[in-house]
Amino acid sequence: MLKKIINAQSFLELTKPTLRWFALATIFFITVGLYLSLVKSPADYQQSEAVRIMYVHVPSAWMSLFIYACIAGSSAIALIWKNPVAFIFAKASSPIGALFTLITLVTGSLWGKPMWGTWWVWDARLTSVLLLFFIYIAHISLLNAFDNPKRGERPSAILALVGIINLPIIKWSVDWWNTLHQPASVTRLDTPAIHYEMLIPLLVMSLSFMLYYITIVIIRMHNEIVVRKINSLRIS
Amino acid sequence: MRKFLEIMKRDIRLSWRHGGDGLISLAFFIIAASLFPLGIGPEVKILSKVSIGVIWIVTLLSILLSLDKLFYSDHEDGSLELMLTSPISTESLVAAKCLANWIVSCLPIILLSPLMASMLYLHTSEIVILMITLFIATPLLVMIGAVGSSLTIGTRLRSVLTAILVLPLYTPVLIFGTSAVEATVTGMTPNSHIIILFALLLGMGPLLIIISAMILRNLKNE
Repeated sequence: MLKKIINAQSFLELTKPTLRWFALATIFFITVGLYLSLVKSPADYQQSEAVRIMYVHVPSAWMSLFIYACIAGSSAIALIWKNPVAFIFAKASSPIGALFTLITLVTGSLWGKPMWGTWWVWDARLTSVLLLFFIYIAHISLLNAFDNPKRGERPSAILALVGIINLPIIKWSVDWWNTLHQPASVTRLDTPAIHYEMLIPLLVMSLSFMLYYITIVIIRMHNEIVVRKINSLRIS
Repeated sequence: MRKFLEIMKRDIRLSWRHGGDGLISLAFFIIAASLFPLGIGPEVKILSKVSIGVIWIVTLLSILLSLDKLFYSDHEDGSLELMLTSPISTESLVAAKCLANWIVSCLPIILLSPLMASMLYLHTSEIVILMITLFIATPLLVMIGAVGSSLTIGTRLRSVLTAILVLPLYTPVLIFGTSAVEATVTGMTPNSHIIILFALLLGMGPLLIIISAMILRNLKNE
């Protein structure tokens, strides 16, 4: 299994049949999740209908961190074992992660206006997520900056590893500093501080975002592998 | 150690023979800092409030400008490759180049920062703290810049790209540096911030040099 993924050709063959199922599952869960979160779930007693932004905001924030961790992990694998598929994975993931970070920032801003009375505050959580977005941008632009795209692989992998310092800062920024942003209410050791009627739509939305990521990353990796094949055919 | 000093001396000598590259970043520092009173307005109250941030950010930017000389010019004329194949270890090569760059471009800025700070209405006690924090932080900034500029060797638009890579990584230093001076303004002790800065320098500095050396060695293999 692991040997197979390492080889680009067998990665193509292995993932091609699964792609359709991932895509279908994404559509199914996003429909269910949107129904549950926008129609079924109760309005908050304090925030009323505006709480529904949470069902997009929180999963995309989780995804932005998760994808960065994936990029950093695959970059480490790519650097240590010189594995081309890990490079391709990192390259394919980075724009998706940047997109999720952007969604997090925009929805958070839209949520902040009615709740906090401001679009933006320079507190630790918001600023560190903004930095994450900048690091994503840096990663993407470094990947595209070389005339020979293969030369950008190792520098951008190293950059991804350097930037991982930001992840724990984002995760615990709400605990370390006094911020306007509320502390974690789902990933606590005891029971979550969120009612299950809101928790279930949230988890369904997270699952659908995850499936979306998997689908898109497989498509992007297929494209990248094909592009590389064409380039190597041109050279020879 | 002798090779380390040789490379350092070479870099400093080169920058002087090019007409004092360090003075150019110093000139940038002065000009950019003097633009702020023109843009914000000359009121003492506002200026003395923003002057800490202004001096820090202008320092960051002038270090960013000086990074061009760190590896690029040597890479272009091929001397970087020769240095990489020479018996000196890549780590000490990077360290020597960083130190030379710090002496040429940062030391003048630190020495001149009291002048600019007092022109922006900072008090003497704050200026002392400002100089101390700059003294601790600028080597760290140069080393972060060394990682950034070694990553971008051989890219298009490398100066802009280096800025995009390096500026987000500069933020922790900026935060602790400015809050040390800010603490003095509000009458608290800046010690804890200075200690954190120093810890960052001691902890991250060697790591950054190792990473930068790793990238440069990789360049040689290609």
